[in-house]
Amino acid sequence: MTTTTKTADATTAPTAGQTVLDARGVTMRFGGLTAVRDVNLTVNSGEIVGLIGPNGAGKTTFFNCLTGLYVPTEGEVRYKGTVLPPTSYKVTDAGIARTFQNIRLFHNMTVLENVLVGRHTRMKQGLWSALLRLPGFKKAEAEATERAMELLEFIGLQDKAQHLAKNLPYGEQRKLEIARALASDPGLILLDEPTAGMNPQETRAAEELIFAIRDMGIAVLVIEHDMRFIFNLCDRVAVLVQGQKLIEGDSQTVQSDERVIAAYLGEPVADASAEETPAPEAPAKAAPSEDTSADEDAPSEDDAPKAPEATDTPEAPADEAPAAEETSSEDTTQDPASGKENDA
Amino acid sequence: MTTISENTQAATASQRDEATGLIGFLPAKAARALALGGSGLTVAACFLAWTWTPTFPGDLTYYGSPAGLQTQVLVLGLLTALFALSSYGVKGTRWLTPAGADAAIKVAALATFGTTWYTVAAISISLGGPINLEPGGAIVALTSLLTLLGALALPFERPAVHPVDPEDTGWDQFKHRAGNGWTAFKGAFAVTGTARKLPPMHSTVEILIITGILAAALGVFTYGVGTEYDELFVGFLITAGLGFAAINKSGLMQQATQLTKKHQNLTIAGAFIAAALFPFTQTDDQYATLGVYILIFATVALGLNIVVGLAGLLDLGYVAFLGVGAYAAALVSGAPTSPFGVHLPFWAAVLVGAGASLVFGVLIGAPTLRLRGDYLAIVTLGFGEIFRIAVMNTDGTSGPDITNGSNGIASIPNLNIFGFDFGAEHAIAGFTIGRFANYFFLMLLIMAVVVLVFRRSGDSRIGRAWVAIREDETAALAMGINGFRVKLIAFALGASLAGLAGTVQAHVTYTVTPEQYLFAGPIPPNSAFLLAAVVLGGMGTMSGPLVGASLLFLIPNKLQFMGEYQLFAFGVALILLMRFRPEGMIANRRNQLEFHEHDETPATPVKAGA
Repeated sequence: MTTTTKTADATTAPTAGQTVLDARGVTMRFGGLTAVRDVNLTVNSGEIVGLIGPNGAGKTTFFNCLTGLYVPTEGEVRYKGTVLPPTSYKVTDAGIARTFQNIRLFHNMTVLENVLVGRHTRMKQGLWSALLRLPGFKKAEAEATERAMELLEFIGLQDKAQHLAKNLPYGEQRKLEIARALASDPGLILLDEPTAGMNPQETRAAEELIFAIRDMGIAVLVIEHDMRFIFNLCDRVAVLVQGQKLIEGDSQTVQSDERVIAAYLGEPVADASAEETPAPEAPAKAAPSEDTSADEDAPSEDDAPKAPEATDTPEAPADEAPAAEETSSEDTTQDPASGKENDA
Repeated sequence: MTTISENTQAATASQRDEATGLIGFLPAKAARALALGGSGLTVAACFLAWTWTPTFPGDLTYYGSPAGLQTQVLVLGLLTALFALSSYGVKGTRWLTPAGADAAIKVAALATFGTTWYTVAAISISLGGPINLEPGGAIVALTSLLTLLGALALPFERPAVHPVDPEDTGWDQFKHRAGNGWTAFKGAFAVTGTARKLPPMHSTVEILIITGILAAALGVFTYGVGTEYDELFVGFLITAGLGFAAINKSGLMQQATQLTKKHQNLTIAGAFIAAALFPFTQTDDQYATLGVYILIFATVALGLNIVVGLAGLLDLGYVAFLGVGAYAAALVSGAPTSPFGVHLPFWAAVLVGAGASLVFGVLIGAPTLRLRGDYLAIVTLGFGEIFRIAVMNTDGTSGPDITNGSNGIASIPNLNIFGFDFGAEHAIAGFTIGRFANYFFLMLLIMAVVVLVFRRSGDSRIGRAWVAIREDETAALAMGINGFRVKLIAFALGASLAGLAGTVQAHVTYTVTPEQYLFAGPIPPNSAFLLAAVVLGGMGTMSGPLVGASLLFLIPNKLQFMGEYQLFAFGVALILLMRFRPEGMIANRRNQLEFHEHDETPATPVKAGA
């Protein structure tokens, strides 16, 4: 499912930079349940790293550990060498911003206000400054507004700055959430399923947006179920299965790994043909899709059913649904559960 | 599918192309003429005698001079007639209805009808039968009814309704029909067009118009506060409420909002000047008393609005902070019953009062603001009671002697700032300004401070953080907002503003006792009424709590006859309001969109605190 052309593009950017994020031995237990077990992950500057895994693998929990919404039971998270405190707002202050799997905008605030809230940590004006309108207050507000408008322009929402966030269409809400995260001038941005529920065109646009974010010098760690999207985008991909990191590497390595395929599609019964199926299929199918965005959905939908067919395993039909249609089925079935998870 | 022969107007009319009125039998032209004629005659009838005896309060027995309730009917009748003229396109009246006249005529006619029939009914009941009406009373009842009929027969655009499904059960069909009828009814009063944009005007003219609006508002308020008997006040509520609605329907209100938004600071300053003029409209101190109590109540409600409306922290014990401020000020006021024999100057007492409330706010907030939602409400409710009981017990027998227990601290001396004695009468420009009017001015100053704090904090980094926390705390934390700190600031700020008001309250009331600071009671301010003022008026807005507080104070104060049913009536009113207008009487654009997102298309909202 790789588009080799795209990864070539992507690697033109400097990959081997400074280590931005360094998670060591992160373990998260909820009572007897170990949601995340001893996960190590590094993200370097200028890199886009993908985090994939079947539903319930612990991806969002791992995100919550990184961003301080959860206090990891064991392990530590370093950002540019310093250990992060397990407090959400301090993590953001340090330079890690995030978006949420189920969009969590401030619905009754305007688009501009949403981005301004994202700017919170980079402004220092407190209550007294606001009440007495101390010198610098107006300047800081004007600067923040200017920066926010820049970001809105970046995502193409500058004309809707005064709309209420909840009146935006779905795709634009996703974009706004990204802009809000970017407003805190992060060194690393964590995107939790940025294309969930999007159509192929929107996914394509999101891809461009993420490359543009990377080009701004911000490292990206992204959770996604859309494999085409992930392998297009990421310099490295880590696979999380049942709370443990299975493998980490470039897309080729990950795609051809038996255990990954087994995790998604089930254990092959007869032969090793499973590991070969994705590799030959993908370039052939994905290559034309580079040219026109209109054709895009056709090959990607063709891809998925064919892969399991080739394996000839009896459980394949049952398993193909989650693997292939995860982008759509995922957020209907998974959202309520993950919403609770985030609230906790 | 549509076997609705018996389902009368609602469905059949919607299938016809021709628009008809709510009442079908009058042609549109006749209806309009009837509305105009009826309202004209109503105005004329106000100059007749309505009853034969001056026993009915207000003395409606004179020919040629309207009095009491007649004046209200006169104003409403004029309003209806003007709207009707405007609907004919008569030159010079067209500016009255920038959003179309028909809906405005209907509401105005309803208002006229309501006030008239209320008056007629009150005369009949209080004097023992309709026989006590003079011909004038009967005439005005008839003309106002005719006006209403004419207005209701005006054609309107019927909203599309779904026909009744004949396979439904009888009860479902009934519900469906009732629903359709209600939709049509609402449609009859709906404004069809949006208000015309105001023509470009010289800013002096705009400022003059704003001045006019403020003067009118002051007039209405003064009239409402000065109503002398129950009937007049009830009539005032009907007149003001429906008259306001009619002006709103005509689109004038929208244009006024455009203007005031353009000159926002000027409007606020003007409103304060108008409020400061209130004591000068009074001949004695009687209504200035009401004014100062309303101001105290409204100021505290506005402070609570920061906590509840902006930051979304439900505080059910807010009145305790008012109490802390009042007690602190009373203890250092040099009152003979205060165990501390100190007499601090007022500025120091203010600092002590606000500071004490601040300390208590932080003490209560620090451990509890880590809680979310309901838990916080319960803890604050508990704090309110703890304050009252603790004050009750620190009387020297149950505990240390600090507050004199249930006797409270009495004979708090009047303030004296720079030699200006607040207890004495002063003559300013030929007007006598009494004790309560003095405090009225002081309280106005304090309210100005609170308004300033509300506006400035709401429109800043911290204000946005409050709203963000209210909207989604987890997301707000992830945006780098220190949720606990920001909430604590809101809580402490709200507490100290209440304390600030409390320092003045102690001097106004002479005495502070624990029973003034209840969770719920018949006399505002108490925590329940404060919260109700915020919710009724409109959460997160600036003028909402002010309007809510004025009404909540005036209604129990004026309608003494309701006595024990007051709280009951209040509860019913609250339920009705929450059912039909959950965003409060004055909604900010944001809340309006929140609660009525299906009713209208999204438009550009204004900022919080409109």
